[in-house]
Amino acid sequence: MNLTLKIWRQPDAVSAGAMHTYQLADVSPDMSFLEMLDVLNEQLNEQGEDPIAFDSDCREGICGMCGLMINGDAHGPEVTTTCQLHMRSFSDGETITIEPWRSDAFPVVKDLVVDRGAFDRIIQAGGYVSVNTGSAPEAHSVPVPKDDADRAFNVATCIGCGACVAACPNGSASLFMGAKVTHLGLLPQGQPERDERVVNMVAQHDHEGFGGCTNIGACTAACPKEIPLDVISQLNKDLRTAIKHGH
Amino acid sequence: MSNDSHDMDMPDTVTSTEASLSGSLDGDYDDAAGYYTPGTPLVDEKAPQGPIADRWQNRKFEARLVNPANRRKLSIIIVGTGLAGASAAATLGEAGYNVKTFCYQDSPRRAHSIAAQGGINAAKNYKEDGDSVHRLFYDTVKGGDYRSRESNVYRLAEVSTNIIDQCVAQGVPFAREYGGLLDNRSFGGVQVSRTFYARGQTGQQLLIGAYQALERQIAAGTVSMFTRHEMLELIVADGKARGIIARDMVTGEVQTHLADVVVLASGGYGNVFYLSTNAMGSNVTAAWRAHRKGAYMANPCYTQIHPTCIPVSGSHQSKLTLMSESLRNDGRIWVPKNQADCDKDPREIAEADRDYYLERIYPSFGNLVPRDIASRAAKNVCDEGRGVGPEVEGVRRGVYLDFADAIDRLGRDAVANKYGNLFDMYARITGEDPYSVPMRIYPAVHYVMGGLWVDYDLQSTIPGLFVTGEANFSDHGANRLGASALMQGLADGYFVLPHTIRDYLADGPFEPIGEDHPAVVEARTSVTDRIEHFLSVNGTRSVDSYHRELGNIMWEYCGMERTETGLKKAIDLIRGLRDDFYRNVKVLGTSESLNQSLEKAGRVADFFELGELMCIDALNRRESCGGHFRGESQTEDGEALRHDDEFAYVSAWEWAGLDERPVLHKEDLVYTAIEMKQRSYK
Amino acid sequence: MKGARASRTTIALKLGMAVSGFIFLGFVLAHMYGNLKAFAGHDAFNEYAHHLRELGEPMLPHEGALWILRLGLIASLVVHVYCAVVLWRRAARARTTKYVMKKDTGATRASLMMRWGGVTILVFLVWHLLNFTIGKVNPQGGATNDPYDLMVDTFDLWWMTLIYIVAMLALGAHLHHGIWSAAQTLGWTGTAAKRQRAKVFGFVIALIVSVGFSLVPLAVLAGIITK
Repeated sequence: MNLTLKIWRQPDAVSAGAMHTYQLADVSPDMSFLEMLDVLNEQLNEQGEDPIAFDSDCREGICGMCGLMINGDAHGPEVTTTCQLHMRSFSDGETITIEPWRSDAFPVVKDLVVDRGAFDRIIQAGGYVSVNTGSAPEAHSVPVPKDDADRAFNVATCIGCGACVAACPNGSASLFMGAKVTHLGLLPQGQPERDERVVNMVAQHDHEGFGGCTNIGACTAACPKEIPLDVISQLNKDLRTAIKHGH
Repeated sequence: MSNDSHDMDMPDTVTSTEASLSGSLDGDYDDAAGYYTPGTPLVDEKAPQGPIADRWQNRKFEARLVNPANRRKLSIIIVGTGLAGASAAATLGEAGYNVKTFCYQDSPRRAHSIAAQGGINAAKNYKEDGDSVHRLFYDTVKGGDYRSRESNVYRLAEVSTNIIDQCVAQGVPFAREYGGLLDNRSFGGVQVSRTFYARGQTGQQLLIGAYQALERQIAAGTVSMFTRHEMLELIVADGKARGIIARDMVTGEVQTHLADVVVLASGGYGNVFYLSTNAMGSNVTAAWRAHRKGAYMANPCYTQIHPTCIPVSGSHQSKLTLMSESLRNDGRIWVPKNQADCDKDPREIAEADRDYYLERIYPSFGNLVPRDIASRAAKNVCDEGRGVGPEVEGVRRGVYLDFADAIDRLGRDAVANKYGNLFDMYARITGEDPYSVPMRIYPAVHYVMGGLWVDYDLQSTIPGLFVTGEANFSDHGANRLGASALMQGLADGYFVLPHTIRDYLADGPFEPIGEDHPAVVEARTSVTDRIEHFLSVNGTRSVDSYHRELGNIMWEYCGMERTETGLKKAIDLIRGLRDDFYRNVKVLGTSESLNQSLEKAGRVADFFELGELMCIDALNRRESCGGHFRGESQTEDGEALRHDDEFAYVSAWEWAGLDERPVLHKEDLVYTAIEMKQRSYK
Repeated sequence: MKGARASRTTIALKLGMAVSGFIFLGFVLAHMYGNLKAFAGHDAFNEYAHHLRELGEPMLPHEGALWILRLGLIASLVVHVYCAVVLWRRAARARTTKYVMKKDTGATRASLMMRWGGVTILVFLVWHLLNFTIGKVNPQGGATNDPYDLMVDTFDLWWMTLIYIVAMLALGAHLHHGIWSAAQTLGWTGTAAKRQRAKVFGFVIALIVSVGFSLVPLAVLAGIITK
């Protein structure tokens, strides 16, 4: 395959960026999208041009480090992570536009690399159960209904990649936040801090500069782990309950 | 033999050394002579004595305490935020110590522990099927082919139950039964159900649990987190580890971080093979810089190779993806009998022309032989030219894993129920439908049992440098059991290190050292010199191209099967390539910004030195044990042959300088609670 | 964010929008019911309009209930518009550098039109109040004191009917997404089935409202409703 690639280049956080166009020949359909960029980088390195910076780590769709806006879709045309997207999803001669996640809460670090520290700070605000090491009761002392445990697992599969924010026309991180609030809220262990958790996490979310949710659903369509919109409903409900409880 | 037209014997390199078939060695024979210097024996002085079941309790009692009021004044640096690092950071933060944590990724949640699929072992005996701490201990030592330290393994089994309690309390959504209690499965060929799991994403769920505990401490102010920071040097002042030199990967700033104690939880070095199931960024640099500063590297050649990975599709390949071994329960592994059939559609190859080689060679275990045997057999048939799939650099490296019989027998739905998500993953990566075309698999490097040598307290040979998780060598011997990596990482971080580190910290806080201390200046200078060197070479080859070539050498000669001639050749090749790398590598850009080529250059430079040591270690260990198969040490049937009389020791290597012979210190392995046995899978 | 207040969050703003939106929905349905009285003829329609003013008498003064309703609607309007403006500005600040290429995969057209659709409805509302309530403008220059006649005079003009039809399409689209969105914001759609039901409900109500409101102007234009 031969491809035309339009890629956002930006030397660092403070400099201005622009789209650059590159030609890449002999791309194998069996390559992953990131391997295609590896090949382009080899070519750039040979030509003496600074290779394109992009994030990736596990390259098996679980660490959440990769994430590119590809032809206007977060993680590209398939429901998967960028690292698990393969070139067979594109056709010979195609032009592919590649941009970083666009969110003021995720400032660009360089080229296609963004800083998603805001997600960590949202978790810091309350995305945990306060239990010190060694103080845990015997695991079987608290049974959890299987349905609750299964649902909690399903939403706990969030990989924190930020595709929900990238896809959201409002730049909201509600899906990310809802997944954590729902996961912990479904389990008995998450109950004592439930009200505080949702209020503090949402306040941090707002403080980071993410937008509000208008229930468009672009987030769930882009989510490589297919986290459902249920979690945003649960997030809203938990916040409403917290208001009722005087938080 | 079912097929006379092909030579089914092992390759020549294996059969040529018949001397070893007798099972004992000429005591004077030393393959690695000339490559290393014999050193003094090494003794773990912290190893407690007495009945094995009491050792950990005794050690915890004997370890000195630190007054809660003093903990704030004691600083701890932790490098790595995987299961071992995040759990330790959270726990030490909770205890009130002043903790600094570092990771190279953009968030601690990215660490590669997240990719572990199968599960985590714990001796809960919830199934009442005869499990116990002692049985988990026994299985782990046996699985490690009697090359691990028994006190450590017993402790691991002992604290395994606490891990499950801790994780459940954190809200880790383990699989449960309809009654609401935790579900278990049997995993990795053991006969009891002791593996706790969260579908195929156990590592992710456990890591997120530890990550959340860590983030809670960051919010509480007890832990400071440094993301996108890479440790590039260890500071050893006055004989103690006192800090690290780290590079801020975004700004390029070279920073000095000082502390009373340093913990490395930086993971394994499987990426020395270039292609592995490790993350792209996984590297040995933190551990290797510590090794160069005096920490011994133990059993570096012990590598685990996993038989069911998705094969390489071309020279662009950047990493390999593991599929659960459970596939071998129903899939049948085969290759064509005739080379001429290798490029045919597998569905058109007649039954009579297929070689179900595992079923043929190992009739009783068939496709379920242990990982190392399955892996080696796959390599052998591909080396014979009977591999399938795309030709990469002239060789087809893949064998069929065929579910046609299973689909006939169980029905498509039942197969989809069991393996649906794995089939989907395979289809996504290869673009082939495994329900209609046989899957292709090939072995890949998955885990390293070797790592920095630590004593019972997890302290390395440098006082004040502790090593946890995959980065140390301690618990898995020559082979790791399935679902034990997660157990070890969390055991070290939550329950072992927090107790043993306090015994060291009881002497602190240590005399403060400034940034002008000669040891700090030396460490900083070595880091900046190295960076400047890489940027100034301006050669012709990319870092990746060197890494790929090093990986090929390692895979070919220090992979599934090692021989004396092969290893010696590899050492020569690595040395030559390393020289060329320093003279001819091309790293563009500057050191003052995000520069991914520069980061890789430093990592690959360390992989060169590690790779050489791995080959020397493999050369010295003229026996086959666990994941390490020496062609010269096999039975008449071609099975691994261990030599307990000669090699029941840990090889702890001391750095002697670049191009100097490393010094080998042997720690004898003594088993008091368990008897050594040879395994058999025929 | 320790000590944060739930009432100061974006979700609280969304709750404000959801509740005020549902108040509007109730009003709109009642209004539509009243409009459909036009099919029952001049007297029935005017009687209904008159009755609205007498609602609650003698407990309440003349037009008392109507003013309570009006004040409630005005308050809802203030809340709805205020929350919308704040959230709109937040969303604009959340992404100041736009994508060169962006597809809104997974989004319905209605969901993407909420803000400009809302502005359209607001502008229409001003015109509508001028037309029938505050200003009482008869575009044909006729009498304005008879509600039925005023309505017929208005919709006898094709362009007036067109304005109303366009406004009703905007309202329909707004309700189509708004009803399900409000249900989601109130936390009523925690499963896929409930979500589907809310979406169907939103669509059906939107259809009823936009068709129901459009019937009268179209009937006037078609000569079915005459003076």
